[in-house]
Amino acid sequence: MPREDDELMPQVDAAAGATADAVARRSYGKLVAFLAARLRDVAAAEDALADAFASALAAWPASGVPANPEAWLLSVARRKAVDAARRRRSGDEAAAHLLLIADKLAAATTGTAEIPDDRLALMFACAHPAIESGIRAPLILQTILGFDAAAIASSFLVAPRTMGQRLVRAKSKIREAGIPFRVPGRDELADRLDAVLEAIYAAFAEGWSDPAGTEIRRRNLAEEAIFLGRLVVALLPDEAEALGLLGLMLHAEARRAARRDAQGDYVPLAAQDMAAWNAALIDEAEALLRRAGALGAPGRYQLEAAVQSAHVARRRTGWTDWPAIELLYDALVALTASPVVAINRAIAVAETRGAAAGLAALDAIADDARLAEYEPYWAARADLLSRNGAADAADADMAYERAIGLEPDEAVRRFLQRRRAKLSE
Amino acid sequence: MKYMLLIYRDEADMQAASKAQIEQTMGAYLAYTEALRKAGVIVGGDRLQPSTAATTVRLLDGKSKVLDGPYAETKEQLGGYYMIDVPDLDAALSWAARCPGAGHGTIEVRPLWVM
Repeated sequence: MPREDDELMPQVDAAAGATADAVARRSYGKLVAFLAARLRDVAAAEDALADAFASALAAWPASGVPANPEAWLLSVARRKAVDAARRRRSGDEAAAHLLLIADKLAAATTGTAEIPDDRLALMFACAHPAIESGIRAPLILQTILGFDAAAIASSFLVAPRTMGQRLVRAKSKIREAGIPFRVPGRDELADRLDAVLEAIYAAFAEGWSDPAGTEIRRRNLAEEAIFLGRLVVALLPDEAEALGLLGLMLHAEARRAARRDAQGDYVPLAAQDMAAWNAALIDEAEALLRRAGALGAPGRYQLEAAVQSAHVARRRTGWTDWPAIELLYDALVALTASPVVAINRAIAVAETRGAAAGLAALDAIADDARLAEYEPYWAARADLLSRNGAADAADADMAYERAIGLEPDEAVRRFLQRRRAKLSE
Repeated sequence: MKYMLLIYRDEADMQAASKAQIEQTMGAYLAYTEALRKAGVIVGGDRLQPSTAATTVRLLDGKSKVLDGPYAETKEQLGGYYMIDVPDLDAALSWAARCPGAGHGTIEVRPLWVM
């Protein structure tokens, strides 16, 4: 929930504060989504809800916590939103607009029925093609999960002020451009869902980049992304790629603990202790993948999850099916034309046909300027060169140097340094 | 919400077009305008004379300064517009995508300022 409320908490009645906190944890995104969809304004919804939480903290200690705290918060937020709109606007059109939003909100908040879940509609608004792609994931984290700009900024390595401004701008764009709050129709759904899934995956990847879990915020980010993935699957149960993405994230999450040894050093997948893998998460991921496969609509996330699935099959078979992994990467290269996928394919090729063939596959993409500063490219190159015989040792040494210089994770850096030192043994 | 669909295109292309091409484009615009009308979303719209017919005016030290030519010399120039009234941006974008101008230029979709 927003930071200002966190700061208010300690000063007020503990029971009221605890209830408000619990409601915020449970329902923040749902309340924002409900308000935003009717006000057609994310910032106004967030402000109104923040005001409502502040009122709750002032009122509940004296009056007691209401039986339905969400409904109480919504009805206060509705008044706050109408007041705020009144302050902003004047004239006949404004009066008509105010009546309209007051009616819309009233119709939906007076009933005792459960609050409609508009979180998916809000996610589609945040990941609309008219919103700059780089801000979609941060926007979803803020609106659905209530992350403050500073927390998001630190996760995405952006200055807090810059992140704050970009979030404000994106919310203004939603309001001013009239971006709708709705789940797109069948004909558009695949394209638009892609942007939502991409934003969720971006949040997950940010969290994943801290495998040791030493930065609590980043670790939370991976968990929150999985939460969002589960939410999308719950609301769109027949979308194969949504299932695929959740499966992919669960597979990665299942191996988190195994990525570091007791000393905190990096352990590559092939050397991981399978006992440290989370079997329950892997089983869930496999079940999702089977469900997705049955829908007959393959895609990028399902393929990537299938690669993960092929790797963990080692649990049962004791060996890694590299030919299958190479085939999956072939399909992914065809689908995405991504140089990152091409690097992984080259690594698979090295396993099936030898280091020289893997290097040839890497050479085929070496012209891509984006790779010059991409650590995995240099790490893969260094590894394949070092396996290709003594003649390539000098090149391998240089490639390790590039990789080490570009790697932000200290544990991975140490791993690469040890590999590099082995070259001269 | 009201949106302007601002149609930008390369004027040189337009001048180089054959008679048959021009007729085909005109026909497409007529059909498009008719579709907007049938859907009840059109508020207005017109084609503009080419930017060679443009004159810019600006007040400098209380005196108006008049210049020949458009505001900015760019490859694509504003050639026409539609104003439509639709529920949201998605509806505006789907109409913009059907505009013949989207095929030979760029459509900028801008919401109107609401007072």
